[in-house]
Amino acid sequence: MLFFSRRKTLLDQLAQAAPHGRSLWADARARFMRNKAAVVSLVLLLLIGAACIVGPAVLPHSFDSADWDSMSLPPTLKNMHWWGTDESGRDLLVRCLVGGRISLMVGLLATLASVAIGIAWGATAGFIGGKVDAFMMRIVDMMYAIPYLLIAILLVTILGREFYLVVIAITAFSWMDMARVVRGQTLSLRSMEFVEAARSIGVPTRRIIFSHIVPNLLGVVVIYTTVTVPSVILTESVLSFLGLGIQEPMTSWGVLIEDGTSVMEVSPWMLLFPGALLSMTLYCFNFIGDGLRDALDPKER
Amino acid sequence: MWSYTLRRLLATIPTLLAVITLSYILVHSAPGGPFDNEKQVSAAVLANLQAKYHLDLPPWQQYLYYLNNLIHGDLGASFRYADWSVNDLVAAALPVSLAIGGTAMLIAFVVGVALGIAAALRQNSMADYGVMLVGNLGSVIPSFVMGPVLVLVFALWLHWLPAGGWDNFAPQFMVLPVALLTLINVATIARVMRGSLIEVLHSNFIRTARAKGLPTRVVVMRHALKPALLPVISVIGPLAISSITAALVTETIFSLPGIGKLIVNGAGNRDYTLVLGLVVLITVLAVVLNLLVDLAYAALDPKIRY
Amino acid sequence: MAANEKLIEVDDLSVKFATPDGEVTAVNGLSFGLERGQTFGIVGESGSGKSQSMLALMGLLAINGRASGRALFNGEDLLSMPANLLNRIRGNRIAMIFQDPMTSLNPYLTVERQMTEVLELHKGLTRRSALTLAISTLEQVRIPDAARRIRMYPHEFSGGMRQRIMIAMALLCQPDLLIADEPTTALDVTVQAQTMALLRDLQRDFGTAIILITHDLGVVAGLCDQVMVLYGGRIMEQGSAESIFYRPTHPYTLGLLGAVPKLDHEGERLLAIPGVPPNMAHLPAGCPFSERCTFATERCATERPALTPFGPQGDVLRACHREVIEIAREAERVLP
Repeated sequence: MLFFSRRKTLLDQLAQAAPHGRSLWADARARFMRNKAAVVSLVLLLLIGAACIVGPAVLPHSFDSADWDSMSLPPTLKNMHWWGTDESGRDLLVRCLVGGRISLMVGLLATLASVAIGIAWGATAGFIGGKVDAFMMRIVDMMYAIPYLLIAILLVTILGREFYLVVIAITAFSWMDMARVVRGQTLSLRSMEFVEAARSIGVPTRRIIFSHIVPNLLGVVVIYTTVTVPSVILTESVLSFLGLGIQEPMTSWGVLIEDGTSVMEVSPWMLLFPGALLSMTLYCFNFIGDGLRDALDPKER
Repeated sequence: MWSYTLRRLLATIPTLLAVITLSYILVHSAPGGPFDNEKQVSAAVLANLQAKYHLDLPPWQQYLYYLNNLIHGDLGASFRYADWSVNDLVAAALPVSLAIGGTAMLIAFVVGVALGIAAALRQNSMADYGVMLVGNLGSVIPSFVMGPVLVLVFALWLHWLPAGGWDNFAPQFMVLPVALLTLINVATIARVMRGSLIEVLHSNFIRTARAKGLPTRVVVMRHALKPALLPVISVIGPLAISSITAALVTETIFSLPGIGKLIVNGAGNRDYTLVLGLVVLITVLAVVLNLLVDLAYAALDPKIRY
Repeated sequence: MAANEKLIEVDDLSVKFATPDGEVTAVNGLSFGLERGQTFGIVGESGSGKSQSMLALMGLLAINGRASGRALFNGEDLLSMPANLLNRIRGNRIAMIFQDPMTSLNPYLTVERQMTEVLELHKGLTRRSALTLAISTLEQVRIPDAARRIRMYPHEFSGGMRQRIMIAMALLCQPDLLIADEPTTALDVTVQAQTMALLRDLQRDFGTAIILITHDLGVVAGLCDQVMVLYGGRIMEQGSAESIFYRPTHPYTLGLLGAVPKLDHEGERLLAIPGVPPNMAHLPAGCPFSERCTFATERCATERPALTPFGPQGDVLRACHREVIEIAREAERVLP
């Protein structure tokens, strides 16, 4: 008698006793929101992105219009050249935003391409396993050993500096991290006990893939995408800075910084504004990446 | 240990071969390049190219001659300069790059490890946050932004140091470039050291060491440091290789006659064979560096001894 | 010093952890005493607080942990001792060995280094004499070919041998007290028996007092004089090994005894204790075991039973609202 009433109460208690049974995503989102640096970075990044897209349409100047009575002005209110002008009278703010469009676009395209290649490569290697996996990963190792910038320079030297070629050259060396990480996840997920358990109680393969493997892959993919983007943007900037990337008449942050360097003695703002903009963008991506990593894979420290 | 070394050495050959071949093929296909019959070069340059690359032979023989040259240490002829071979140009430029890069790496390692240890031991204190902040800043602000800013502040505004140039290893021309490279690397090294040391300090064997009554200094230096250094060592490899990239930027900013400047100028001039030779050289250096890092890692970790 | 014979006297020891979800009390009001050469067993499930209580004594709690109460060792309170004084006792007068010999030895240092440093530090020996003493201690724990093996790295030894090395390392300075935290849990069954036998022999030879932490009552049976049973960070029952084993007075102890497989009783079903281990962040207001106890009443869930003495000499302590006679009756029915 006592035993039965005890048991019922226990079951009731167990049913109530899952107070914080949130799903993985809700949990992760809560953790991410708690990370103030990450949230601020996200907001800033969205602001910068919005400014680059919308700004040049809204601002009074266009990026290549030479304002001949406002040449080499420091930041001023005159003629609404809030960030100053270069030696041809071109407004710096607009040029920074337009350059931002290019830098971010290269970043986005090259990242998407790298992520796609990386996932395809890594998942294939991890899923098939064995010799195919070993061979594919050897190639990845080889790619790592090569100083990518050199090959990028070589490619650009030989093939030219068209926009799409720059994107290709950057993509060629940015997919390996993603491939490695996806392969690792796929390998461990494939043999994980909960997959075996699910299979043993008869869960169909398709459901296993979608409910178990994909959510776990999604986590690392998101994290490494936020790591790839700044690295790609940086590569483009370095190439452009060295004069081997984006060409006139287009401009990007790297080009602007290089221009700024050559006149920095008299017009330091030409260097500092694009430099700060680029740095801040990269900084934001870093914090977001860290925040995502903590949110999706917390370790008690 | 030796068999391990040998095995690692052999493993590098496919990579080298792949890079060399790929680069060679790329240069071969360049329109207006050295292997194109329609190139426009001076007679002197043409003569050099003929001698080094055997342009009248079928392609696969040219390739073999090229490999042969490489094995003998001959990096080829320049596409633009008649008077200097690639080897000549490299011999003049390499010492500069090595001096700057090597010094910077050494300082970065020592300072980075010290900062990392200090931060790990005072976790979550103001000092720790300070180090982390500077660390993050240093590794995120691109070198080509930080460099000109350094020049702006120290050369143009304060007039303490020259804005660039080189005078036969005179120290004042080395300070800013070394400082730039050090700043970039110190950040990463300190951050990795801190993270790795914190992780090691949570290990069970550190708990045992403390249970034996060992003072904190001994626990850290004798028990925790070696395993904690392992990730730092493995990050030095990629850092050193990215230093090569950083050298491109640094030598451009400070007008240093190093390998980086050579590549950038070569690329700008479309001096294909020069760039080819340099790419091969640097890949070899990178591969050797990786190998050294692997060996250092194996030396530190008794579990990896085959 | 008073005529206090006790080697170690723990009084109202509590351990609390600061977590993002609030403060968690892992150990709540432990008190016990131990004399020289005695052995003491602390028994409980995972999360019962048994390890944390001893880690608190050794000053090895995690950063977010805080211990309160007193733990007098030879008259000095370990809990309020500064680190440098505690270091003179740790490894020297009190030694601790841990559950997993695989990860408890430093894989990057030779066994020699890890042993000689203890002697160099606490006994001021030179490297050479420390080495000699270390080798002879290894021989005492029956490591064959000790003189050659001592220069090897931990990963070159088997699990059982590693645990023996840990024991040897702990006994180098001939401590007054050895705390063994689940020393055999990570080992094979046959190696377990060997290790326990070794501990028994060493205790006899060195006269070391031992505190043995375990979840396995069978392990306690062979070694301990006194036993303390913990659940949810609190003492459920405490007394001599004999009374705990043969005359249990607490439902939880009964449950643990029922769950011990016996080689000489074939085919009998093992009695599992129903339910799940407690959530230390949300313990009931009353007895922590009330949620799983087959004897529990309404009063048990709301009113915490005090630890009261029982027996002719009052030498058994129990924390239960139910009468001993009821537990005893059930014990007779269930236990052989």
